[in-house]
Amino acid sequence: MFRNNYDNDSVTFSPQGRIFQVEYASEAVKQGSVVVGIVSKTHAVLAAIKRNAEELSSYQKKIIPIDSHYGIALAGLASDARVLSNFMKQQSLASRLTYDRAIPLSEITLRIADRAQTNTQQYGKRPYGVGLLIAGVDSKGPHLFEFQPSGVTQEMVACGIGARSQMARTYLERHLDSFGGCGREELIKHALRALKESLSQDKELTVDNTSVGIGGIGENFALYEGQDIAEWLDATFENREGGDDEGGDAMETDS
Amino acid sequence: MNHLPQAWGRPRDDVYGAYDPSHFQNAAPNQHTQSPIVTGTSVVAAKFKDGVVIAADNLASYGSLARFTDVKRLRKFNDEVVVGFGGDVSDMQYLDRLLNSLDIRENYSNTESSLNAKNLHTYLSKVMYKRRSDFNPLWNHLLIAGLDGDAKPFLASADLLGTTFSSPTLATGFGAHLAQPIMRRTIPDEAAVQNVSKDDAISLVKECMKVLFYRDARSMDKYSIAIITKAGVELTEDERLENQSWAFAESIRGYGTQVN
Repeated sequence: MFRNNYDNDSVTFSPQGRIFQVEYASEAVKQGSVVVGIVSKTHAVLAAIKRNAEELSSYQKKIIPIDSHYGIALAGLASDARVLSNFMKQQSLASRLTYDRAIPLSEITLRIADRAQTNTQQYGKRPYGVGLLIAGVDSKGPHLFEFQPSGVTQEMVACGIGARSQMARTYLERHLDSFGGCGREELIKHALRALKESLSQDKELTVDNTSVGIGGIGENFALYEGQDIAEWLDATFENREGGDDEGGDAMETDS
Repeated sequence: MNHLPQAWGRPRDDVYGAYDPSHFQNAAPNQHTQSPIVTGTSVVAAKFKDGVVIAADNLASYGSLARFTDVKRLRKFNDEVVVGFGGDVSDMQYLDRLLNSLDIRENYSNTESSLNAKNLHTYLSKVMYKRRSDFNPLWNHLLIAGLDGDAKPFLASADLLGTTFSSPTLATGFGAHLAQPIMRRTIPDEAAVQNVSKDDAISLVKECMKVLFYRDARSMDKYSIAIITKAGVELTEDERLENQSWAFAESIRGYGTQVN
């Protein structure tokens, strides 16, 4: 299991200039089930696949609304995400209380990035084992940020993280130009299709294993699960069965 | 030699006699501010359809003495907010430093979004309320003028008790009694703001400054005035009252030495 001598803690560089603990933390993100996020000029959407440990258990939460204007989707250690989301909730509330202002998404992203970075530079600490997509709307419009355990953050137009997320990213890259002008429903369809791409052959998107989070201008961030997403799934599936170019794309990727 | 730290830097007992330590303790306990010392008088402000006008004279009084005649009591926070300070001048300077550090903190990381007038008013009112709850108030009455999140004119006050309120026209100190009724004649309510042009508002506020100079013994004829619109902040700090007429003073009876 040990790759070498330089991976026991996060304060020691390898001779090649790498910090293995941080890289292992990024692996934890890749173990998590896939989440995608997309922004248009008016909306920000998160979509996620939920996993259940066994048939009889409930599904692990993947999208957490933080404040009325934004939420996060997580891939990796859910418990680490809970700690980070509690911190984000506190910071968001503090901003509302002291300034009567919805905290800017760039600001809250920066704050968790600083916390995550600290964990990669202090002895006895470990990096967070979770990647986040932070999506919502602030005074400057809709935003999507990606957060990694290393403390790296980036603003994205569309992004997917988690297991087999490369398939989702390929889909997103292929449709990148169309996202800007998308309406609410169209953006959700794109997110669900991207999600479907990274699913293994024998699996389907169902009302039980899918979560959708939406924020928009003049619209609070809301989490949709269960029967609330049935219509979107049906609408997206119809396209697939109809054999239009969307369905064709899916077939190509699978082969 | 006495090596004890408490003896360091003190006159030697064998040369100068025993050291008198009485000044280390005060006879009385420490006290917070009980009253302001150097004070600024009224701040007046009025909304108009595209923005806000705010004015305050440049005088800082020491009791009834006109002690400092070039004190700027309007502070531009950014391109859409101006804060006007009435009350204690040293507390005003403290708040000025506080706003400076807030501004630096805000601009350090994210360049694109900055605090608007509503945000700043909320922040300052929390500062004022915190200090009064510590029984150590900042002895000021603040007017925060500018634009809110929707770029609409915003005007609100926060005082030393942490009380806040908002109105299309506001005035602190003596102005609350003398200027406010004059401004309410033109701008009685929020709906009336739409009928007030920039020039109307400026001349209204200037008129109030003149009335205040006539009637308020702690005021001065040199003042600062700021106009906040979407175009930015126009701040002038060396205005003078024009067209004064003291003819009304002849008819005043009941004060001073005259007999009839």
